[in-house]
Amino acid sequence: MIRVTRGRLIRTGIAGAIVLGLGGCVRPRVEKPFSDDGYTYRQLTSGDRDVIAALAGAMLSGALPGDSAAHGRSIVEVVRGVDVAIDGLQPDVQGEVHQLFGLLQFPLTRALAAGVWTSWSDASPADLAAFLNRWRFSGLLLFRSGYQALHQLVMASWYGNAASWARIGYPGPPKIT
Amino acid sequence: MISDPIAEGLGRGWKVYDASALDRDLELEADVVIVGTGAGGGTAAEILSNAGLRVVMIEEGPLKSSRDFHMLEREAYPELYQDSAARQTKDKAITILQGRNVGGSTTVNWTSSFRTPPETLAYWRSRFGLEAFTPELLAPWFEIMERRLGIHPWPLPPNENNAALARGAAKLGIRTAVVPRNVKGCWNLGYCGLGCPTNAKQSMLVTTIPAALDRGAILVHHARAEYFSFDGDEVSGLTCSALDARSLQNRPYTIEVRARAYVSSAGAIGSPALLLRSRTPNPHRRLGTRTFLHPVVLSAAEMPGDVDAFAGAPQSIYSDHFLRTQKIDGPIGYKLEVPPIHPLLTAVTTPGFGAQGAAAMGDLRKTQVIIALMRDGFNEQSPGGEVQLRHRHMPELQYPITPFVWEGMRRAYATMAEIQFAAGALRVAPVHESAPYVSSWNQAKAQIASLPMEPLLARVVSAHVMGGCAMGADERQAVVNGAGRHHVAGNLFVFDGSIFPTSLGANPQLSIYGIVARMANALAVELTGKPIEHRLS
Repeated sequence: MIRVTRGRLIRTGIAGAIVLGLGGCVRPRVEKPFSDDGYTYRQLTSGDRDVIAALAGAMLSGALPGDSAAHGRSIVEVVRGVDVAIDGLQPDVQGEVHQLFGLLQFPLTRALAAGVWTSWSDASPADLAAFLNRWRFSGLLLFRSGYQALHQLVMASWYGNAASWARIGYPGPPKIT
Repeated sequence: MISDPIAEGLGRGWKVYDASALDRDLELEADVVIVGTGAGGGTAAEILSNAGLRVVMIEEGPLKSSRDFHMLEREAYPELYQDSAARQTKDKAITILQGRNVGGSTTVNWTSSFRTPPETLAYWRSRFGLEAFTPELLAPWFEIMERRLGIHPWPLPPNENNAALARGAAKLGIRTAVVPRNVKGCWNLGYCGLGCPTNAKQSMLVTTIPAALDRGAILVHHARAEYFSFDGDEVSGLTCSALDARSLQNRPYTIEVRARAYVSSAGAIGSPALLLRSRTPNPHRRLGTRTFLHPVVLSAAEMPGDVDAFAGAPQSIYSDHFLRTQKIDGPIGYKLEVPPIHPLLTAVTTPGFGAQGAAAMGDLRKTQVIIALMRDGFNEQSPGGEVQLRHRHMPELQYPITPFVWEGMRRAYATMAEIQFAAGALRVAPVHESAPYVSSWNQAKAQIASLPMEPLLARVVSAHVMGGCAMGADERQAVVNGAGRHHVAGNLFVFDGSIFPTSLGANPQLSIYGIVARMANALAVELTGKPIEHRLS
């Protein structure tokens, strides 16, 4: 997960410092908890949820059900799973994740750091994949760690969910009696 | 019906406090207070309470038992592991699997049980003045713990994930052997990492800790040790915070413990952090330094048939060929093993996303994985990492992977790929962001030779944190002496993997059991003033 320290900022260069500084400062104070369809979000704002939903669609493309209703349902479950996962982290680590989502949401840093010029919900699959690969192979370790944090949250949420198991042939845990 | 030793013990009247339910401060007195209930704390608790000493155990995680172990990753990781099984180094380049529950990592480890390798002990004797650390002097302690925990070479056939390692290595003339495991009546399910649902694994949770509690020891769980207080150079008390039900936030109650001796068994991140928070005398600035990880790189293979590496004893075959065939302080050596393959952990470890990720996960049943554990700490070019405190006093591990270690990891990729092709793999890929699957050993060689060996491109993980409170005869070099006693604070002991002055070159649990058994026995003799006849239940 991303975190910011003086040493890190110097090492990762001024560009990283600027975008992270902005990301840290401008994180919108959005209502929390946010309730949706019977699930009460403990960690994610509605803006965070848009980011995760968009990225989950790209990261899990080919892994989610093709049927559009089932696809939509899966995305909602991934977003909720990410909320549960963040809620189970130590407060320090939670802070780092919120900083990352703040950076991705604020339009200026979204454009400068992520290279995404539309809102997340409007970004095309190609834009989303391009962003993910830019961070995945970035020369800045900070962006690479940001990509890995997003990858871990989304992958853990989907593949921890029994709904993902049929496609990959995992039978689930054995029955013991 | 599977018995539940925890529920039964609580029914017998064990003295157990759940600090997440405390409604007042707690003050306890003991002969010995032990912070942490993993391999070191559990072993010490049984030996000290068997000697008739009053023992208090402090554990930050929850008390769970077989009935809670449902073999579901999404439950087990947040409940039983540090940081939901996603603890990371400061730069996020290494993910660390470490337990956080009553039983510590022994509740969730994969049961591999090796004595400390003789060449590691020889290095400790020559470099750190640890003269008593000979295979002969330690043998009786390893034997006691092997008997106590049912440790024996796994007698059943290996699952296909392990069999492929044996088969491929044999074709190349690389020796493998059968892993000794700490199990009794194992069902061969494959879910050791999520808590053993049948109590077959002889973790601290079902062995030493129940024995200590039966002897009247006190356990406080959901309690985080904040600091030792000092009176001069002696520890005068331990202050702990009550935590909430998920061991995340402090509650407004404290637990104060006074004892004659204070034992830190909080693991190789927790113990250095506790001693640092306590401002323990640290005249030579050794505390927290030389932290080792056995940093692990992985190689994935697609096999022609189903491997089903989620089922069956997770680790039953290993190879020490690349530890034994070269000098211990030369180019870094590595141990070869395999990991279990469950969906969540596999998905977060598998590089790529979208079509690439979906295809890799779609092949889950055919996937075989080998891991190489780098033997760090035996050369000045692998000095390990350092545990420091960040704001709020939480520990943070800085572990730079040096070019010396990267070079070994590149060699290990090649070794693993060659073994996998020899075992019949259709395709192999180093677990690295820039390494797609290739379908021949020649292609793999070329690919591996040109891979950028860099943090957050190569996937690096660890399940073995060691060092940080190194033992050694010379206080300029070490934090504790060969008895685990702090070099300055005479009533402070460290009994866990943090005392190892290098990594081990083997999965650490049995090294911790045997070495701590010997140290705890000496402490029991000192505190009771009489020799202990050693018979663990």
